[in-house]
Amino acid sequence: MAVALASVSKHFGHGVDEVLALNRVSLSIQPGEFVCLVGASGSGKSTLLSLLAGLDRPSEGSLDTGGAHTTLMFQEPALFPWLTAAGNVELPLALRGMQKAERRREVGRLLELVRLSEFAGRHPHELSGGMRQRVALARALAQAAEVLLMDEPFGALDAITRDLLHDELERIWRERGLSVLFVTHNAREAVRLGDRVLVFSSRPGRVAAEFPVDLPRPRRIESPELAVLAARIYDRLRLEADLDG
Amino acid sequence: MAELEMELVGAPPARRANPRAARLARRAWAAAWPKLAAAAIGLGLWQLVVSLGIWPDYLLPGPGAVVARLALDGGRSDFYLAVGITLQRAAGDYAAALVIGSLLGVAVAASRLLRRAVGSMITGLQSMPTIAWFPLAILLFGLSERAILFVVVLGAAPSVANGLISGIDQVPPLLLRAARVIGARGPSLYRHVVLPAALPAFVGGLKQGWAFAWRSLMAGELLVNVAGHPSLGVRLQFARELADAEGLLAAMIVLLVIGMVVDGVFGVLERRIRSQWGLAV
Repeated sequence: MAVALASVSKHFGHGVDEVLALNRVSLSIQPGEFVCLVGASGSGKSTLLSLLAGLDRPSEGSLDTGGAHTTLMFQEPALFPWLTAAGNVELPLALRGMQKAERRREVGRLLELVRLSEFAGRHPHELSGGMRQRVALARALAQAAEVLLMDEPFGALDAITRDLLHDELERIWRERGLSVLFVTHNAREAVRLGDRVLVFSSRPGRVAAEFPVDLPRPRRIESPELAVLAARIYDRLRLEADLDG
Repeated sequence: MAELEMELVGAPPARRANPRAARLARRAWAAAWPKLAAAAIGLGLWQLVVSLGIWPDYLLPGPGAVVARLALDGGRSDFYLAVGITLQRAAGDYAAALVIGSLLGVAVAASRLLRRAVGSMITGLQSMPTIAWFPLAILLFGLSERAILFVVVLGAAPSVANGLISGIDQVPPLLLRAARVIGARGPSLYRHVVLPAALPAFVGGLKQGWAFAWRSLMAGELLVNVAGHPSLGVRLQFARELADAEGLLAAMIVLLVIGMVVDGVFGVLERRIRSQWGLAV
């Protein structure tokens, strides 16, 4: 088991201001598994990722990553603007204490993996949105984490760029044997990528339904089979939204 | 005046033999001509006031006489000695202000308690006219270099500290989260993320700090005449006492030019950092 959550709750604030963000969430991710989590915005998905990334602690329940390292990618690339693409990828390596010569080789490998070798010397503002997100992916991978957590990472990109990045992510996930928890509000994207899709309900957040995705890979986001399953997931999401509203 | 400007704009931008050199010359010309025009207008107004004859020549000489005096002073070693002493003080005292301001800034940005204690005082100090510190400085340190150092640091350090504090405060929270995700904590978080992210605002503080330091230094040099240190401020003071208006205005032009050159250097530094950081220039 790469990640296991048992009855995890999280609330913010105290007394009358207390907000329950997550209500007894249980989920697990197998090693090498690609799990997608869909839900409306404000449903506590980001809170869940923060807990898994170790940026925050659960109020109740247990969270076990089995010693596996996790890393988190945001919707925004959140690159350091004063560093080049290579510098951004190198920083986590330096923080891990890797020697300079080895660092340089590893940066080269990672930039090649995300197909940005030619852009190593560019600063983030000189790159396109898709390129920036690929640098962010390389930077996340530089932490040698086994579990990759992604918070709507392609939400701000255009459809074609997103489609290409789905291919890249799928390839890298396979090559590296990663476990991925991918948060999105786009059911098609979830079906395109996931081995399983979890539907998250809002206020408080909890796993409301689970859909296994048995479509063979590689999948195409515009394929009819994918659309059928995505439509079922959408229906379930709308049910959650109706209950909520 | 309009004619003058027309003439300046219309001047040919050098030869066209080498296109790169020509482009550079065009750009230099484009940057220079408004400044040259403004300087020409300034000199013209000055000459105009002189020509009105409100003051006699020996109290308000015209630009021609002052430029001639500047050329004369420029051939004498005591002039360079004075400029040297003033610049040396500016550099040394500003460096001290920079170190103290930076340490103060980091400490206040990092500690909530310290911020509550002295945060508003730093801003208060910034708005205090630095010349008001001199009587105390002279009591404490006498007519000495240390009195000047004391006041320059008090004048410049708050700006440097405030620049750094606001730079650190404005680091986007998302970058801090990203930094924590990749394992930057404590000192390494500061070294690799917080301080570089704060650099553009810090350079703004440095620039403002320089302006305060330069003003404080001049006030100091006028009030504190350290024996055997004939600085630019001392030249100003002597020129007034000897009713040497030409020498006085010549010294003032030198002060203006030094201030502008240093400010220009900070401006270049600021623009370079902002463009590397991907901020709008």
